[in-house]
Amino acid sequence: MRLVDDALVTDTPDGPALLGSRCSACAACTFPRQAGCPRCTGASMMDTPLARHGSLWTFTIQGFRPKDPYTGPEEFEPFGVGYVELPGQLLVATRLTEPDPEALEIGMPMHLELVPFRTADDGEPVHTFAFAPDREVRA
Amino acid sequence: MTDGVAIVGIGMHRFGRTKGVSGRAQAVHAAREALRDAGLAFSDMQFGFGGSHSAGDADTLVSELGLTGLPFINVANGCATGGSALISADAAIRSGQHDLGIVIGFDKHPRGAFNVDPAEHGIGSWYGETGMMVTTQFFGMKIQRYLHDHDISPDVLAVIAEKSFRNGSLNPNAWRRDTLTAAEIAAATMISHPLTQYMYCSPGEGAVALVLCRADQARRYSEEPVFLRGAAFRSRRYGSFEVYAPWIAAERAESPTVQASQAAFEAAGIAPSEVDIAQIQDTESGAELMHMAETGLCEHGEQEHLIRAGDNEIEGRLPINTDGGCIANGEPVGASGLRQIYENALQLRGDAGAHQVSTRPHVGFTHVYGAPGISACTVLTR
Repeated sequence: MRLVDDALVTDTPDGPALLGSRCSACAACTFPRQAGCPRCTGASMMDTPLARHGSLWTFTIQGFRPKDPYTGPEEFEPFGVGYVELPGQLLVATRLTEPDPEALEIGMPMHLELVPFRTADDGEPVHTFAFAPDREVRA
Repeated sequence: MTDGVAIVGIGMHRFGRTKGVSGRAQAVHAAREALRDAGLAFSDMQFGFGGSHSAGDADTLVSELGLTGLPFINVANGCATGGSALISADAAIRSGQHDLGIVIGFDKHPRGAFNVDPAEHGIGSWYGETGMMVTTQFFGMKIQRYLHDHDISPDVLAVIAEKSFRNGSLNPNAWRRDTLTAAEIAAATMISHPLTQYMYCSPGEGAVALVLCRADQARRYSEEPVFLRGAAFRSRRYGSFEVYAPWIAAERAESPTVQASQAAFEAAGIAPSEVDIAQIQDTESGAELMHMAETGLCEHGEQEHLIRAGDNEIEGRLPINTDGGCIANGEPVGASGLRQIYENALQLRGDAGAHQVSTRPHVGFTHVYGAPGISACTVLTR
């Protein structure tokens, strides 16, 4: 699968997960990986896979085609954007698979998916990460 | 060291779009107006601080204003560029280094700015490629969470923007001079749910200049000096929720607005409850609502009642964004923070004309907020 940036995602026994950093001194997490700790100002960060499930902390809908450097299709469909709280780790900014604000609710359970967001020049889809509502949990 | 700093000259080039006039020319216009207001010449200036985001280097303005050899330092702090220039001038005078100088902020953004390169913010290109390097999203997400946390109706967002356009219609220097009803604003194109097109400000053009001096020399230059009692700038802390953030900490911290406003009030020895007029960052109408409480001007959750009661109208108990704010003036980044100072100075002097607060205010407050999570605040008195 082609990703917008291979460094964002790692494989785990449970499936793909976002790859972040965790401070070995104060346990603060970041996404993506970084070398310095923004919490304790130290520099001993370790790679850590982030939780694949979380809850929606806030959201909006991107209502217009973003300008450059956006590389999505010319024909624009509004998409959801939000922060998903990954328990004990952090809140990650993410695209949402759900573009209808009426179908989104703060606090709802969400899970990670890898979704195509554009087609490369060679015709292959390029994927990025997104969070999707846990429909089965709501039903 | 000196006791304080006064603003003795104010000048502005009207905001909006002025075809055929460069940002630098607008800056020169504002500088000449400020100097004329103080009865001074550029050759009297002992220092300059200034900046623009995309209209050129402020220090090159000396080729037009005068090659006098003064130290002129460029300031670049995004939306807080004007505020940072002012704080630099404040420090230069307060330290005793200089007695008299000028601050200039200007900009000229094309329609639909800004295209921001994630690399400039230390973020990978994926963030821009996938459509997340978009400031309007942040404001949509921040107000969405805020309305949820404080049980505020989204309907109030259109009421705030309606006030901005009404105030702008009374201000000859504003860009947007036509009023819009709350119903029209609410029905406009959705930009970033729950915020519509007319709830957002647009990138624009304009310039503001201020002449500042030691407070004890202010009456030499002005019969109505305005005193800069407190000025503070802060960046984001671990755990605050800011624009252009691929992640935020699970633990919450107060925004830079809270930190900067507290520092400015403390420096001034003035409480938020003593403020008579405030100009606060309204990148969109939800920002005005949130910043009312973050700056300490009211309690969190109290805003809806205040707004609906008309408390923040020009004739209300605490007038906010009396010149129409960013929503009616647009946001030429380098000039925007200084526009707020200009408006408060006009109001404190009683010179605001059709949008003058009739009970002439004594204490004015200003607040800017911008990427990547910065805020600058001032407290002004007459």
